[in-house]
Amino acid sequence: MSVTMTETTPRTTRRLGRRFWWWVLTALLLALAFVWVFPFIWMVSASLKTSGEIFGGGLGLIPETLQWENYSRAWFDGQFNVYLLNTVIVTVATTAIVVVRCALAGYVLGRYRFPGSRLVIAILVATLFVPTGYTIIPVVKLSMELGLLDTLAGMILALAGAANVASILIYAGYFRGMPAELEEASIVDGAGFVRTFTQIMLPLSMPVTATVGILTFLFTWNAFFLPLVFSFSNPALRTVSVGMQAFVGENSTDWPGMAAAGVISLLPIVALFVFMQRYFVEGIAGAVKS
Amino acid sequence: MASPTLIAETATRSGSAAATAAKRPGQRSRERRRNLWIYAFLLPTFVLYGLYTLYPMVASYWYSLVEWNGFSSQQTFVGLDNYEAVFADPLFWSSVRVTLLFMLIVAPLRVFGAFFLAILLNSPKLPLRSFFRTAYFLPVVTTTAIVGVVMRFIFDPASGPTAALATIFGLGPIDLLGSSETALITAGVIYVWKFFGITLIYWLAALQTIPADLYEAARIDGAGPMRLFRYITLPMLIPFLLIISVLTIEDCFHAFDLMQTMTAGGPFFSTEIIEIYIYRWAFAASIPQLGFASAAAVLFGVIVLLVVILQVWATVVSRRMRARS
Repeated sequence: MSVTMTETTPRTTRRLGRRFWWWVLTALLLALAFVWVFPFIWMVSASLKTSGEIFGGGLGLIPETLQWENYSRAWFDGQFNVYLLNTVIVTVATTAIVVVRCALAGYVLGRYRFPGSRLVIAILVATLFVPTGYTIIPVVKLSMELGLLDTLAGMILALAGAANVASILIYAGYFRGMPAELEEASIVDGAGFVRTFTQIMLPLSMPVTATVGILTFLFTWNAFFLPLVFSFSNPALRTVSVGMQAFVGENSTDWPGMAAAGVISLLPIVALFVFMQRYFVEGIAGAVKS
Repeated sequence: MASPTLIAETATRSGSAAATAAKRPGQRSRERRRNLWIYAFLLPTFVLYGLYTLYPMVASYWYSLVEWNGFSSQQTFVGLDNYEAVFADPLFWSSVRVTLLFMLIVAPLRVFGAFFLAILLNSPKLPLRSFFRTAYFLPVVTTTAIVGVVMRFIFDPASGPTAALATIFGLGPIDLLGSSETALITAGVIYVWKFFGITLIYWLAALQTIPADLYEAARIDGAGPMRLFRYITLPMLIPFLLIISVLTIEDCFHAFDLMQTMTAGGPFFSTEIIEIYIYRWAFAASIPQLGFASAAAVLFGVIVLLVVILQVWATVVSRRMRARS
């Protein structure tokens, strides 16, 4: 009995000590996490304060009384009702186009060898990281000639035509990994090329579709450069990211309105992230795992 | 956001099995029909990607050779004059310098900071792991242009929370984003905060690739946590360092949204990255200099291309290293 006592006591204290350090570490990480999300907490808090409360300075985050009219000011006077609707239209349409075109392209590039397939893949890979600043001038000129410059449709097409190479490659990688028997079986059943794709391959690629769809949704919702340039001469086409700039430009002293506009714009994408976190993370992690 | 070369390489290889199937005469016409469908599937990408990415890349070269003062005005061929003017403009070189300096501030913070945090978050003994991951990833999903505007208020020298904090610590009024000495570093720190989560996820994914039985075997041999880290984790992660670094460096080119909304390149051009320089001449000038801006854009494209070449090289090297280990 005494022998086991002397053996276990130092070990237990050491284990306790180690656990203590884990808790210290957790506390530090919690503090860091607070700093991390502080800008958002500040924004939500400011969106419910009066201007006077904010300009009074200080670090207090709890408003004296909740000023919901800040939201109605941003929504109606700041026209965030219009901007939000534009953003939803542009994002949903762009995501739909991108998912369809990337699934189609990824399928044939991942599963078939055809004249020119190597060239297509080489071009796609070579242009994977083309920044918007490089292509923006010809895109505007082209859209102008097509009569698409000051339209939502033009914005959608430009966003859907910009770099989505990564999505094609994700699809290609996924379709490549599917067993060949699937195709053979469907051909035996008399299905043609298109039916094999729509009824067998596409339903099986749901996880990839979710990842590609959500990442495209994120990029489009957050896009700034293209929507900015496409709505220069027509403010009614602004998306929330462009609208925020304009709002601050016109109401530079309306901090609570600005914060409310920010909350309105960020809430949908943050909610999507909270519910679909897995797909966000998988989509980004895919870059390294391959 | 993806490491392309790998997926692409394997994608080309995949088709070969289908192609080597025996070719009887009837099969040839079937194959021709199949190819027709293949091209039909590629058509949407050909059209959209061709119009909005490939054509602009080529057209930029032509536009860089003309004088062109506004989207609806005439273009006159001027040869290499625009390049000469860009090279002679000290502000262009300043924007190149700012872009590279920004990268030097931001990339190491992201790569090594995320590395340490990933090691901690990967430990099963740490409480609240998934909460931390969500919190640190949150800024990544938020709209950069909106965050940029909000940050202008947070760093406001009169009423922002940072100003209140400075008063508490007895520092005078500081204008971190508004003075040319501190603006770039402050913008860099905000940028790191905004995109840190991406690099963190890269590292967490890299850590997941280490097989668990490797640790188990070492633990049975009596290795402690420090030695596990030193002799298993570290060597297994080295190949990833290269690829994650390059992916992160590439990401640094996407700073336009944040910079434009936060500082618009100022004060005194101290945060003017190349994309803002291009934007300023093409869209913000009273008389747009589109030819001149295109020349700058082409040069920007060349810089990006150099980094992409580096990326391909890094992918190949890190893959070879992983194959060996």
